[in-house]
Amino acid sequence: MTLIDLANPTKFLNLTARLLPWLAGATAVLLLIGLYESATAPDDYQQGATVKIMFIHVPNAWLSMLVWGVMSVAALGTLVWRHPLADVAAKAAAPIGAAFTFLALVTGSLWGRPMWGTYWEWDARLTSVLILFLMYLGLMALWRAVEDPSRAARAAAVLTLVGAINLPIIKFSVDWWNTLHQPASVFRMGGPTLDRAFLIPLLVMAVAFSLLFVTLLLAAMRNEILRRRVRALQMMQVAQAGRRSA
Amino acid sequence: MNAMSLGPYAWFIVTSYLLVTVVVLILIAWIAIDYRRQKQRLHELDALGVARRSGRSAVDIG
Repeated sequence: MTLIDLANPTKFLNLTARLLPWLAGATAVLLLIGLYESATAPDDYQQGATVKIMFIHVPNAWLSMLVWGVMSVAALGTLVWRHPLADVAAKAAAPIGAAFTFLALVTGSLWGRPMWGTYWEWDARLTSVLILFLMYLGLMALWRAVEDPSRAARAAAVLTLVGAINLPIIKFSVDWWNTLHQPASVFRMGGPTLDRAFLIPLLVMAVAFSLLFVTLLLAAMRNEILRRRVRALQMMQVAQAGRRSA
Repeated sequence: MNAMSLGPYAWFIVTSYLLVTVVVLILIAWIAIDYRRQKQRLHELDALGVARRSGRSAVDIG
């Protein structure tokens, strides 16, 4: 099956039916390994056991941005290539991205209270991630508010691309401004500053959460395709009823 | 995870992990329920005799 074949929703549904059980299984296994690695990781010499929050906070924070990145590529697919599955992918990804962003914010807050002495600080990193969360909610509201799917798709694609400006702001906020949030310690010039004892559980959890995202995205895309099929059939039903009564 | 070894901030750690678990389970349940709902609607349309333009049954997912 070539990439162009996936533009056909029916072929895409066939592919997801085959892939989803394997993806779900791999996600479950990796999550279990990641949880075991996280539970058995040593305490940090400064943060103590609260370092364990990092193993769930950081993957969710990475995914909050990655999902918007995926939606931005899908937005290009909608506006430039008019790919039939691009809007389906973006619409399916938005609630999942919102959930990851919510978890990044709340677990960060729960980590911040014992380490910083506060649940929240209006610094550049925290505020820009909160804006990302609000943009996810706004985008979901837009899809619900506009009845015509093709108009909603175009409006959502434009908003997604405009919102992508926030991604480098989030990433570099800790370098551009004086923030309470620590600077990057994994993806940085010169390599990670984290000890292997923390880096390995973190990377396992990051891969596990990424697989979870792919699994949920494919399942949510399948639902969205079926929802559009239901809508098309209901419109056909109304048209048939109209012809009969005419 | 042994709560005894989590130190004075065990509440923050356990709450974080529980919250992530609950939200992920809600996401999975929401997607699973949505799938069942869409298939149910397709079955209802199929029972009413509404067919796709291709002539295939409404419930033919493939």
